[in-house]
Amino acid sequence: MESLSKRAKVLTKKPMTLAERAYLPAIFQGLSITMQHFFRAATKKQVTIRYPEETRPFSPVFRGLHVLKRDEKGRERCTACGLCAVACPAEAITMVAGERKKGEENLYREEKYAVSYEINMLRCIFCGLCEEACPKAAVYLQADKMAPPRFERDEFIYGKDRLVEPVAPDLRSKRGIQLTPEQADTLRTQTA
Amino acid sequence: MTLPALGWQGLVVLATFGISLLIATYCTYAERVIAAFLQDRVGPDRAGPFGLLQPLADAVKLFTKEEFFPAGANRALFVFGPCLAMITALMSSAVIPFGNFLKFGDTEIHLQGIEINVGMLYVFGIVSLGVYGIMIGGWASNNKFSLLGAIRAASQNISYELAMGLALIAVLMMSGTLSLREITLQQTHVGGGWHLSDIFTWNVFKQPLGFIIFIVCAFAETNRTPFDLPECETELIGGYHTEYSSMKMGLYLFAEYVNVFVATAVMSVLYFGGFNYPFQYEFLDFLTNKTSLSADWAHNIFVLMGVVAMFAKIFTGIFFFMWVRWTLPRFRYDQLMRLGWTILIPLAIFNILLTGGLITFGVIQ
Ligand code: SF4
Ligand code: SF4
Repeated sequence: MESLSKRAKVLTKKPMTLAERAYLPAIFQGLSITMQHFFRAATKKQVTIRYPEETRPFSPVFRGLHVLKRDEKGRERCTACGLCAVACPAEAITMVAGERKKGEENLYREEKYAVSYEINMLRCIFCGLCEEACPKAAVYLQADKMAPPRFERDEFIYGKDRLVEPVAPDLRSKRGIQLTPEQADTLRTQTA
Repeated sequence: MTLPALGWQGLVVLATFGISLLIATYCTYAERVIAAFLQDRVGPDRAGPFGLLQPLADAVKLFTKEEFFPAGANRALFVFGPCLAMITALMSSAVIPFGNFLKFGDTEIHLQGIEINVGMLYVFGIVSLGVYGIMIGGWASNNKFSLLGAIRAASQNISYELAMGLALIAVLMMSGTLSLREITLQQTHVGGGWHLSDIFTWNVFKQPLGFIIFIVCAFAETNRTPFDLPECETELIGGYHTEYSSMKMGLYLFAEYVNVFVATAVMSVLYFGGFNYPFQYEFLDFLTNKTSLSADWAHNIFVLMGVVAMFAKIFTGIFFFMWVRWTLPRFRYDQLMRLGWTILIPLAIFNILLTGGLITFGVIQ
């Protein structure tokens, strides 16, 4: 039959030579290969990452644990519009909206804010669609944190206490809105 | 032999016992480290410096595991199997000469558990008993995989013991004795002169073919890769020790390493000159004439160096066993049998004829 790809090879079964049948040359060849690896392991830097002491660097596009960002004045950005929840293919996000009271202007950026905001990390598939959907640049998936394992199911439901980023600028996540050094400084003086 | 000498000899037996166990323990560690290095990995490095306490951690683990008896197993035999495997493995190390004798005035302490003039036969007898441990364990487990493993072990051991024995006959024809000590002592020159030839008196240079046959059979006898069919994981789960847990499992694994130790020890005695080392008589000469040591102590240091040489040979052998294990794939069962019966045995017979011819025409003694 005409070969379609013209790449087919006809194999012929050659009788083995005496050296091949005696096994021993092949065995010594194999032994020398493994011995090379033995000395390579002793001399070259090993590829193994010894986990608790060393950690593998995350990819810059890694999508990990969510964070609810604050703006440069330290106010929560989320306005509880619900677009992230709608965008979420896994239906992992729920929230309760509330109205900002007088005197809370330094806490919430918009007049409407999320009283509670929960992400179920067991449902979440870390697709990042919530991040894309958010008009207020509030929710981000951090590139340097994973959702850690837990023993209980309800511990995987992350509320605002664990999602909203800390006020102190040094503790903030790398991903998302990056504060300029001056902004960070003003924030630091404000919170101090 | 006087009573105190007997006491010393008892100590030597105990020491041999302890050393066999210690080496087997650290073989489990060495195996993992060597495997790791050969595969560009790191190996155990968590327990203690360089993971040196790993065997201890394993022992704790094995002792605290559940004692499991499969339903329908023959309980007595199920326990007896691993015991027998361990006992036979340890017994064979008793006749191995680890060194010549130490001298303290009139007392001479032979660094060999028991000195018998049929040492080689004794080792063979005990080693072939070892397969009963595997057979009994496999049969008593009431598990088809175990039984298959046990049957494989039995047929493999019988086939390879034949070739091994035949390879040995050639050595015995040259040495004319079955005593391991005698065989060792024959593999050296006595007298003055330059002694690189010390190495070339080793039997491996007189019996290269016999040595290759012997080492292949040694792999098969100790159930090591490439002949580890009795316990091959891919086909038989764990073979004869599938149903074993806790220390009973530990005994089987241990027995394997003791067997490897004994096999390499016998190999270094038979083919690598045992406790002989190059330039040994120059060294003795130097110790007696050029240093202020007494004649006894010069002799003792000379002998202890021999023990070191013996263990160096043993460790090299063990390393080789592990090196091969992490290089070669397992043989198929029919290949194993074909290699044993149609290649090794005829080769061994040919080797006997060759040796006989060479002795008759006076080429070697
Ligand atoms: S990452 Fe995807 S699945 Fe997870 S909460 Fe956001 S939209 Fe939903
Ligand atoms: S995180 Fe963004 S998208 Fe989601 S509710 Fe808040 S503002 Fe809307």
